[in-house]
Amino acid sequence: MDSKAIFEIRDISFCFGKLKAIDRLSLTISSGGFWGLLGPNGCGKSTLLDLLARCKTPGAGIIKYRGQNMGDYPRKDLAKEIALVPQDFYINFPFTVKEIVLMGRHPYIPRFASPSGHDLKIVDHVMGVLGIAKFKDKYITDLSGGEKQRVIFARALVQDTPVLLLDEATSNMDIRYTLDILDIVARNVETMGKTVIAALHNLNLAATYCDKLILMKSGRVVSEGDKDEVLNEQNIKKVFGIECHVYFDNYSGTRQVVFKRRKGM
Amino acid sequence: MSVRKNKWALPEKGGALLIFLGALLILVIVVSTGMGYMRISAIDVIKIILSGIGGNHGHVAGSDVLYPYVVLDVRLPRVLTAAIVGAGLSIAGVVFQGILLNPLADPYTLGISAGAAFGASIALFLDIPFLGIYSVSIFAFFGAVATLFTVMSLSSSDGIISSGNLILSGIIVASILSAGISFIKYVADEQVSIIIFWLMGSFGSKTWVEVLLTFSFVSIGFVICTFFARDLNIISLGDRSASSLGIDPNLVRIILLVTASLITAVCVSVSGIIGFVGLIIPHLMRFIVGSDSRMLLPASALAGAILLLASDTVTRAVLPVEIPIGVLTALIGGPFFCYIFKKRQTVLDSGQ
Repeated sequence: MDSKAIFEIRDISFCFGKLKAIDRLSLTISSGGFWGLLGPNGCGKSTLLDLLARCKTPGAGIIKYRGQNMGDYPRKDLAKEIALVPQDFYINFPFTVKEIVLMGRHPYIPRFASPSGHDLKIVDHVMGVLGIAKFKDKYITDLSGGEKQRVIFARALVQDTPVLLLDEATSNMDIRYTLDILDIVARNVETMGKTVIAALHNLNLAATYCDKLILMKSGRVVSEGDKDEVLNEQNIKKVFGIECHVYFDNYSGTRQVVFKRRKGM
Repeated sequence: MSVRKNKWALPEKGGALLIFLGALLILVIVVSTGMGYMRISAIDVIKIILSGIGGNHGHVAGSDVLYPYVVLDVRLPRVLTAAIVGAGLSIAGVVFQGILLNPLADPYTLGISAGAAFGASIALFLDIPFLGIYSVSIFAFFGAVATLFTVMSLSSSDGIISSGNLILSGIIVASILSAGISFIKYVADEQVSIIIFWLMGSFGSKTWVEVLLTFSFVSIGFVICTFFARDLNIISLGDRSASSLGIDPNLVRIILLVTASLITAVCVSVSGIIGFVGLIIPHLMRFIVGSDSRMLLPASALAGAILLLASDTVTRAVLPVEIPIGVLTALIGGPFFCYIFKKRQTVLDSGQ
């Protein structure tokens, strides 16, 4: 093995009632790198991320994190290792932006203690980087969808974990903030050696930012590896059932996928 | 979209607010105890209470010999029960709103009041003698607890309890129990007026037994809720974020659900159904101190105690006829509920 495996997933399954969301899936994810998780709606991307964050426990099979069985990890310790940015969030109560971001420091603050100077410094820094410092005293309930999503992203960044799981974390943002966020994530991967696993819908953004891709369908991995090997017309047809053209694009410096209108539909 | 600045939610100001509310509560207790058919000055009330604590049964030289009896045995138990129940219902309100992720939830959303009312109705209908005057309270308590566990088992699948399921199950169970209560009223004949009166809530003829009972439940419950206050904050981010922050949302939800329900059950069993306190107070306090449960819980407990005690004193000593306390709080709280509901709708319409 050339690089150290951070997640070793062996034969895991997960069901919602009778519906199999993850079906005997095995996968090894090496440490460091930007992994893109692609697949059609309902293929199990969110469920897989939930299993990796231990929001859910697999019905069968095991997941090892850094060689240790994930079920044996104390929750608080795991929260210092893995952060998850969920896709859907609906915060019903008027917390301020700063209060929400500070919640990301929860694993580091003892139960009845106040946040330390170090905690507050990280919170201020991350809010500055993400451009949300200017409304840190506003209520989350007063923000737009894209602004909220940046706050939720900041909440996960201050958690300061080596692993970051993104579940469609930019779905409500316009293209500028999407690129901003993905740039920040990519920089974290390069300079700090973080491991990022991001479920994405946009194939071209995935191709532009990710080093490696995982293609999923019906709770199984169809193809995984370097993006240049994974992203081709056959694989996309197999997973999404559509025709497309994949070419090397000089402007973005990577492979891109284009589609054409289907006549007679 | 309006931009509200959260200038109140600073801890220092919050601390000052708690001290202010605490002082106000003591003042309201003293003044309320002095009010009524026999007017007793605040100074005398304080003297009687202090000498009562000293073990002299409140004898104070130079005042009416009846005063210590009126203050210590009649009024103070009622005053303190009202304050403790007000605090308990408000704490339960904060917790239910937090775990159900719904600002319109209150201690009765899960059908706990209907369960208590059903239990009390059965006790009143059967007129059980062997438990004495406490039979109604005991039946009400077990009715509430049985309802809680029915609602919890209805709404759980694979041991996971979701907030949406909880509200739905609560409504279903409550409507079945309401029909049961109607049936009991229909067949009850003579006891029907007693049942109706109990359902409207009252603090009349409370004793020190009830004070101690409610105080122990509410204070232990308060400690448990405060212990999980930060977890309660984080649960409002949603289960996925909460569990990636090292919290087991399902476990926290069950602990707080049971705690808040037991507080509610003991409050209902001593006072009958008193609606809207658990809804209004957390809302009002959220507006003043912000949404952080660590501040919201103590602030709501104090404000709820003040509000319910003041309301009870109004019906007992100010109004010419004693209106049932549950009716009074519903008459004030109902319109307030409508206001919140309407305001929420306009917020949702404006592109949230």
